[in-house]
Amino acid sequence: MKKTPTIALIGNPNSGKSSLFNQLTGLRQKVGNFPSVTIEKKSGTWLLDPKTESIVIDLPGLYSLYPKSLDERVVIDILANPAHENYPDVVVMVADASNLKRNLLLFTQVADLGLPVVLALNMLDVARDKHLQVNAVKLAMKLGVPVVRINARVGEGLDNLKQAVVQTLERPVITTLNQKYFFNPADQFPELINDVKRTNQLSNNYLALHYVQQHDIFSFLNTEKRVAFDQLIEKYDFKESGFQAAETMHRYAVIDGLVKDSVKAADDFLVKPLWTKRLDAILLHPFWGYAVFLMVLLTIFQAVFTLATYPMDMIDAGVSALNDWLKQQLPPGALTDLLTDGLIAGIGGVVIFIPQIAFLFFLVALLEESGYMARVMVIMDKLMRKFGLNGKSVVPLISGVACAVPAIMSARSIGNRKERLLTILVTPLMSCSARLPIFTILIALVVPATPVLGFFTLQGLTLMGLYLLGLVSALLSAWVIKGMVKNTERGYFVMEMPTYKTPRWYHVGLSVWDSVKSFVTEAGKIIVAISIILWVLASYGPGDTIARAEETVQKSNPALEGATLDNAVAAYKLEHSYAGHFGKFIEPAIAPLGYDWKIGIALLASFAAREVFVGTMSTIYSIGSAADDDNGTIKARMRAEINPKTGKPMYTPALAFSLLIFYVFAMMCMSTIAVVYRETHGWKWPLIQLAYMTALAYGLAFVTYQLLK
Amino acid sequence: MKTIADLKIGERAFVKAFRQVDLSLKLLEMGCLPGSEVMLDFIAPFGDPLGIQVNGYCLALRKDEAATVLVEDSI
Repeated sequence: MKKTPTIALIGNPNSGKSSLFNQLTGLRQKVGNFPSVTIEKKSGTWLLDPKTESIVIDLPGLYSLYPKSLDERVVIDILANPAHENYPDVVVMVADASNLKRNLLLFTQVADLGLPVVLALNMLDVARDKHLQVNAVKLAMKLGVPVVRINARVGEGLDNLKQAVVQTLERPVITTLNQKYFFNPADQFPELINDVKRTNQLSNNYLALHYVQQHDIFSFLNTEKRVAFDQLIEKYDFKESGFQAAETMHRYAVIDGLVKDSVKAADDFLVKPLWTKRLDAILLHPFWGYAVFLMVLLTIFQAVFTLATYPMDMIDAGVSALNDWLKQQLPPGALTDLLTDGLIAGIGGVVIFIPQIAFLFFLVALLEESGYMARVMVIMDKLMRKFGLNGKSVVPLISGVACAVPAIMSARSIGNRKERLLTILVTPLMSCSARLPIFTILIALVVPATPVLGFFTLQGLTLMGLYLLGLVSALLSAWVIKGMVKNTERGYFVMEMPTYKTPRWYHVGLSVWDSVKSFVTEAGKIIVAISIILWVLASYGPGDTIARAEETVQKSNPALEGATLDNAVAAYKLEHSYAGHFGKFIEPAIAPLGYDWKIGIALLASFAAREVFVGTMSTIYSIGSAADDDNGTIKARMRAEINPKTGKPMYTPALAFSLLIFYVFAMMCMSTIAVVYRETHGWKWPLIQLAYMTALAYGLAFVTYQLLK
Repeated sequence: MKTIADLKIGERAFVKAFRQVDLSLKLLEMGCLPGSEVMLDFIAPFGDPLGIQVNGYCLALRKDEAATVLVEDSI
């Protein structure tokens, strides 16, 4: 046995594959990318015996080795390429026993590739409820591979699975020895298959067929090779689609024969489980279906915006307490300032989002786990299609309320290229959690907390209005862009409706853990880097103007002394720092929106990540005023800020709303641009997205300011 | 020709043929084969998409997709 064998988990969607993966690897999981393709790879370690730790790879769920979506492509790309670093030593095929025939289609394909397979029969309890009896021993004899009964939800049968895997690693069982295939393409195209085998040094007929059928998506073939396959197809008059259909039908016929003795079927195959039937009657109902969905959405918002504020306030208080304590303990100086105002303030800005992201992903994972999300997709499809989107766009749009990056990645499940692209383009308009601190602080400045209808406040309604504005703009933008994008390929909605299940809490927990972890590492890096750079730019300036600030200020205003002097010096320093020069430089461009150079600095800084805005404002106003005044909250400092031109408070309703509107529309997030680049394979769409969102932001903020001024 | 899109809720029929090659490949893989029995399970609000029971599970598809699957009445 190899020292660290690779085990690939493969199976249909909803077969319990991910549950098994979680059972085997637990917290020893990591998320990465498959080499050369940008598909998320989940892998983890599983101890086979005290000396052997295997690497388990969770491959995307699929129905056959002919991929129908981008995610699925990676499976055949690995399984057809023994040189791939993730090429498995053994494949564990997870099969839903209540849908055995459909699951065995994929099994026979994988086995025909000449890979050692262990079949893990899962969901036997569901099968029993459907009056289906599966005899694992007979099945193993018919299929010629080890068959293990497991229950992935509760973790039963894992020891037997381990034993079967270890045995297979020691003595691999390969069903295609002696050229025995479930489906042998050489029966119909012997010359073509032999030709391909000879020219590519292959020994397996079915692998040769996949070279013919799928050479265009094999990342390990060069253009020259691909062209050669096209010539072969022409030479032998091979019809790709027709042959693929014939293969599928042939396999089903073979499977019918194989399972005849080992599966006892129910009398009526087409009856839905009772509870699924009852729930569907409500959740797909023309009235109750939407009513329940609306309630679910409201609950999500309530949780994200009220429950999450408690831990967020605690984090906020904790970070400022830590900062104050450090400032007292450490000797004053540039390094202490960098640590407290720069680094810790920046890290605090990241950590504060964790409760919201965790809550949102917890609830989204619950909906996915229970099977409800598929119903939402069905009842929303017709509506979303009017805007050029897809029922499956609902998941990215809802997730976009937490963070656009995972939301855009989840759009991969949308099969139609155009609908997927539109979803990616408009998802960043959904107000993500990074906008929330900006919204709350500006609303608190200019909107009174007047009660409305007893249980709402004017502030809360304004906040809800901004979120609705984001949603409506997303739909309208999709509708406008719809006319400009050509539909180059047909995509399908076709989707399995899973039966309802009680969520697996362990699974939900892991999903929350994953999203929080990737947010902290991905977004965290950017935010911390920008905080530090910004602190440097705001503390130093060209020449010796900063060093001579006190002297200069005192010369022009000899009457100043004490705290007022410190204030004036600090303001002078900021104005003449690098950041100050930047702000002054762009001031003419943003003056029509009502912004001054200080806001200009914050805009520039938050270009890479909008969540930096509040932190920047607090850095700017704390540098710009003597640091030690006690009412040091950022809100108090902003309220105290005076517009030098009018002599009145800087933050008028006109300015605050102009900023709010700007942030609803502006695409200020480097991570989103990066993920759109990755998902659309080029700079065209992220740049178009950046342009249209910036134009909307600038235009509408301008209109808002000029109207309210 | 009768298609899945013409079925009433609870009505059963046997799949006969497909009108659209790409979609048929997907449906075949999901176990919706010529000769399999299907039953219309639900119609979403506003008449689209549809859900059918086939091969022991429920499959949702859009109405225009369902209209590419020809069926004949159960005997």
